[in-house]
Amino acid sequence: MSTFLGMPATAPRGVGHLRGSLPFPEAAHEALGNSQLRRNLRHATTTIRGKSGKVIAELPDWQQLRDAGSAIKADVMSRLPSLLEQLEENVRAAGGVVHWAADANEANRIVTDLVRATGSPRVIKVKSMATQEIGLNEALEEAGITPVETDLAELIVQLGEDKPSHILVPAIHRNRSEIREIFLRAMPGVDPALTDDPPVLAAAARRYLRETFLSTKVAVSGANFAIAETGTLGVVESEGNGRMCLTLPDTLITVMGIEKVLPTWRDLEVFLQLLPRASTGERMNPYTTMWTGVTPGDGPQNFHLVLLDNGRSAVLADTVGRQALHCIRCSACLNVCPVYERTGGHSYGSVYPGPIGAVLSPQLTGVADNASLPYASSLCGACFDACPVKIDIPSLLVHLRNQVPHPAGEKAVMKAAAYTMARPRLYANAQRAAKLARIAGRRGRGLPPPLSGWTAGRDLPEIPKQTFRDWWAER
Amino acid sequence: MRIALFATCLADTLFPEAAKATVLLLERLGHEVVFPAEQTCCGQMHVNTGYQKEALSLIKRYASVFDPYDVIVAPSGSCVGSIRHQHQMVAASYGDAGLVSRAADVASRTYELSELLIDVLQVEDVGAYYPHRVTYHPTCHSLRMTRVGDKPLRLLRQVRGLDLVELPAAEQCCGFGGTFAIKNAETSTAMLADKMTNIVSTGADVCTAGDASCLMHIGGGLSRLRTGVKTVHLAEILAAT
Repeated sequence: MSTFLGMPATAPRGVGHLRGSLPFPEAAHEALGNSQLRRNLRHATTTIRGKSGKVIAELPDWQQLRDAGSAIKADVMSRLPSLLEQLEENVRAAGGVVHWAADANEANRIVTDLVRATGSPRVIKVKSMATQEIGLNEALEEAGITPVETDLAELIVQLGEDKPSHILVPAIHRNRSEIREIFLRAMPGVDPALTDDPPVLAAAARRYLRETFLSTKVAVSGANFAIAETGTLGVVESEGNGRMCLTLPDTLITVMGIEKVLPTWRDLEVFLQLLPRASTGERMNPYTTMWTGVTPGDGPQNFHLVLLDNGRSAVLADTVGRQALHCIRCSACLNVCPVYERTGGHSYGSVYPGPIGAVLSPQLTGVADNASLPYASSLCGACFDACPVKIDIPSLLVHLRNQVPHPAGEKAVMKAAAYTMARPRLYANAQRAAKLARIAGRRGRGLPPPLSGWTAGRDLPEIPKQTFRDWWAER
Repeated sequence: MRIALFATCLADTLFPEAAKATVLLLERLGHEVVFPAEQTCCGQMHVNTGYQKEALSLIKRYASVFDPYDVIVAPSGSCVGSIRHQHQMVAASYGDAGLVSRAADVASRTYELSELLIDVLQVEDVGAYYPHRVTYHPTCHSLRMTRVGDKPLRLLRQVRGLDLVELPAAEQCCGFGGTFAIKNAETSTAMLADKMTNIVSTGADVCTAGDASCLMHIGGGLSRLRTGVKTVHLAEILAAT
């Protein structure tokens, strides 16, 4: 992708959670050695994979639904500006206020100012990837406002002063005894006799959250979908805590990535079938909440929609890379990814982990800021097959690898290899010279870096006495 | 039938037995095999590591070297996957329209070995004899890029003396992934560990697959741990009598 004047900006540094502090291989090193994490992840991803596979197999038209989802998203991306303007118009007509945020800083400022204007010292939050992406909680806290996560797993992460490690189940890296300890340490008013029995833990969270729901006047949410033709917003969830936030407070502020817009109400039919099956492995999600602006006497009387760019226009400008914007955050790609299953979400550094994170994060920040992520995949292709909107993640990874600034040594080796392979005679000589690799010792133990990673766990093949082409020539 | 062999750089250099077996098998079935000596590499390592521009000359070479042949076979689901799915893409970005159509045309005549046998030559029983307990690892690219499906298994089921045992979690990646095994060696090793556990659990004495690259990875691990399980390319089993 070439750069030109007027190119849309990528997500700014110093705010939000799209960049990790360590390159992927270093971050993964720690995770791979954490046996508890490995066990939790293996158990959780295997369970979700099984559940999801079962309910997907029930639908004879699953492949056609995927095609439809993909086609609708491709259409959206081809006319995103006009759909967003249509959405804005219809949200306004229904009594909502629409704000445009170019990046994380602007979105955080808008939301903070809106909350301040209400005078509320606290906001309740619906689980939302967009607000995690921009670091809204930190921005609110800085302004003296307390954000309370109400999704059970997000609450566990927040109380544990931790980071989410999965798009759908952000506390996937925690087990119940760890959750009990976190609640005992950080949940206001918790019963000190708390056990690690899951219903007991859920009841403790419920008691704490009910009080918070009833005493907080402002809620912040994300959105799974927005319908341009009606100005309707939608959130799908499992617990009902989202609906509490979306219906009880006086003021609702929704922060939504601009790619979430859908043209028509009818388009939902496709996504409401795709999302729960690919995501939680349910036929239908337990709670689907839709709202259109403000309804007098019913629900929040002040509604603000913050449309977030934060690098999305830059992604859209790359006609290959823009597929990543089709993502509906189901996390199916995480659950089937052999790399994610072993390294967990924190290794990716960004709030978007797994295969989709490995393509989305570097595009939102610019590849140079997340240069190790496109390589955090063996290109096995399981993610592409699992994606409900058919994002060709392996091809996107390859596309991004082609944009990454390469280390000088590697570049020299790759150029030399290409030069040799483009000249058959030189290539045949190089093959014969490969026999010299026997100097690496018997079975090739102990090659120097960067090849030492291979010989640390694997023997090298015996170098054959004769190449195939020499055998062929002698026949 | 006259069949051109694309040996692949890896088999040519490090695993010649896989390429030899492909030749001997096809000749035994009554076909003529030719080996265009100007061939080198499909360029996948360059493309997948982020060097598409450098891969262009290899893609051009593949298209011109194999253009004269109606049927081309490679003993690799991964290289065939790259030829089918990446050559046109790189040609479109760095080459010209002529190369795009030539690459697409040659790719449409390129088959992975099990595809050639079943789809083109329409043979499932190749007359092989291989008296071993064998488990089959479907490599990621043969499964999800080239989409060979169960063709290798159909061929293996007809091999006399062969005791085919199912590999648990067969469709999970072995962790090779080309330069992934170097750049993310530890994660790759973690994936390999699980693959080896599953292979050993079958009690097989041979693990086979349609890709020398994945077998080099799996075999390197099995050898290091002295499991006694060998890796053997699918072509070698089908060529055995």
